Amino acid sequence: MEKGRTRVDLFEYQARDLFAKHGVPVLAGEVIDTPEAAREATERLGGRSVVKAQVKVGGRGKAGGVKLAATPDEAVARATDILGMDIKGHTVHKVMIAETAPEIAEEYYVSYLLDRTNRTFLAMASVAGGMDIEEVAATTPEKLAKVPVDANEGVTIEKAREIVAQAKFPAEVAEQVAEVLVTLWKTFVAEDALLVEVNPLAKVADGRVIALDGKVSLDANAEFRQPSHEELEDKAAADPLEAAAKAKGLNYVKLEGQVGIIGNGAGLVMSTLDVVAYAGENHGGVKPANFLDIGGGASAEVMANGLEIILGDPDVKSVFVNVFGGITACDAVANGIVQALELLESKGEKVEKPLVVRLDGNNAELGRKILTDANHPLVQQVDTMDGAAERAAELAAK
Amino acid sequence: MAIFLTKDSKVIVQGMTGSEGQKHTKRMLASGTNIVGGVNPRKAGTTVDFDGTEVPVFGSVKDAMEKTGADVTVIFVPEKFTKDAVVEAIEAEIELAVVITEGVAVHDTASFWALAQAKGNKTRIIGPNCPGLISPGQSNAGIIPADITKPGRIGLVSKSGTLTYQMMYELRDLGFSSCVGIGGDPIIGTTHIDALKAFQDDPETDLIVMIGEIGGDAEERAADFIKEHVTKPVVGYVAGFTAPEGKTMGHAGAIVSGSSGTAQAKKEALEAAGVKVGKTPSETARLARAALAG
Repeated sequence: MEKGRTRVDLFEYQARDLFAKHGVPVLAGEVIDTPEAAREATERLGGRSVVKAQVKVGGRGKAGGVKLAATPDEAVARATDILGMDIKGHTVHKVMIAETAPEIAEEYYVSYLLDRTNRTFLAMASVAGGMDIEEVAATTPEKLAKVPVDANEGVTIEKAREIVAQAKFPAEVAEQVAEVLVTLWKTFVAEDALLVEVNPLAKVADGRVIALDGKVSLDANAEFRQPSHEELEDKAAADPLEAAAKAKGLNYVKLEGQVGIIGNGAGLVMSTLDVVAYAGENHGGVKPANFLDIGGGASAEVMANGLEIILGDPDVKSVFVNVFGGITACDAVANGIVQALELLESKGEKVEKPLVVRLDGNNAELGRKILTDANHPLVQQVDTMDGAAERAAELAAK
Repeated sequence: MAIFLTKDSKVIVQGMTGSEGQKHTKRMLASGTNIVGGVNPRKAGTTVDFDGTEVPVFGSVKDAMEKTGADVTVIFVPEKFTKDAVVEAIEAEIELAVVITEGVAVHDTASFWALAQAKGNKTRIIGPNCPGLISPGQSNAGIIPADITKPGRIGLVSKSGTLTYQMMYELRDLGFSSCVGIGGDPIIGTTHIDALKAFQDDPETDLIVMIGEIGGDAEERAADFIKEHVTKPVVGYVAGFTAPEGKTMGHAGAIVSGSSGTAQAKKEALEAAGVKVGKTPSETARLARAALAG
């Protein structure tokens, strides 16, 4: 039941598609990944377009990632410039060819998000849109309305009007913005989102109110009822080891260090990363190489999958297996380690990196005995978490 | 005494007939929990045999409460059906609902939490995605192993399951009044503050150990609460000092963005409230020993 990712951040074009699906007014647009495709896409839009870099980072306009194209040829040229561009460490692999917006009269901001502190949902709205909303919140908090939304009552048109009134939207757009808020709430709920944000929500010259840019983050825990969400995940951007781990159903995050980590339970694994980093301070500054939580089960197969991923990381110099047997019995974990090493070796994978194992809790003595009897040349046992972290760091520094 | 769960608690299990439910009902019974029934509408009227103990199955939480006087439910149903199960427990106004299920969608948790509030918080919810709670020697509601510690005078509250076990084990010779695993999801029913308040009021708890992790501001708010309302000594631990920003580490709540929610910020807030914070679980255990000694 372990989940690798809990939050899926979408690209602008994916957010646009979801907005359109639920009736939030958006401009036409399509995503492409070759410069040539910009021509036809722009022709379909009547010969003019905006070429927008698709990266999950703010400030792309300033970085030159959004350009107007007055002709299909120009769109190809702009797409050539933008594809492959690096924006704050994000390489542009896709651009959206979007309909050009009519002249923008005003820019607003609206969003729904999870308010962890108050354990509810929150609507945020501002007439000061178009800029970084965190800056608005910090410098002119009076311009950002924050209205709690009851999860069971939701946003009706009446509630939307209340949000609009609190944010002091101009009268001539009030009803249109309220309608956007209702459709945006539908998007938020129907898609199991953790965040839906429109910035800017623009009032254009002809009086319409349109979502020109947006962000959506989805709740990966809702995938059981959102089968279409899996294809929205950006597999190209994932670290290859992370992608391989996800394919095996492992909860793995690649980090920068040299000590591979396997543990059971998210909190214990996080704690293990800390303890290894502290130990590394005395051993040439070695750090944890990854987060890997094998969860409660820790069968031989899960252990083998985990070890395979970690041993496949060229940065890893030593491995620390830190298990506290709560529900899991340590003898099962020990058998898992022994079988995992056999399994890897039978697959022709040479295991050459030392493993430091700390087993504690349920059946720890039995587990330790199994490892002692197996007498694998690469496996060392240390009885405490601190001592084992010290040993793993020392081995990684060699 | 103990908090939230005592030897007098009458416990039912929603999802008792499923594989997880069966496995853990057996364990709970073995650790002395007074399990008075299970709930499954399709198997109402039958009983399930747990090594000679016949546990009756009821059609609804309400029916089980009426027939047995149950005041605690432990929920093991799969994530798809968790919301309905918790809603049923809230509608029946049971005192305590312990939601073990992992991977519950946030919109579902937000919905049942809003309902619990609208109903005047008659039902305390612990979880979701938590190991439950144990009052050693009295009762065990959830999946916490009962044999790693004994009754004592330390109260433990933690976001993380295995770190709860680790700390119970480190301090096993001293023992615990209650250990509460509140879960690491973005929305949880019982917070650090709720547990701190209960431990402060519990005459059988002398020291409180609080384990947090990166993400959110629950630990910072707990620090404010401690400053104002807790006179008993509190020892803390926060996991995730070396976690990189913007990465989710297993628990949905454990995502750090910007400076708020970092382990360092939490540690500083707790220390400013007079809490001794350990850098590692073992150091935290040493601090707890010293604090209890006096």
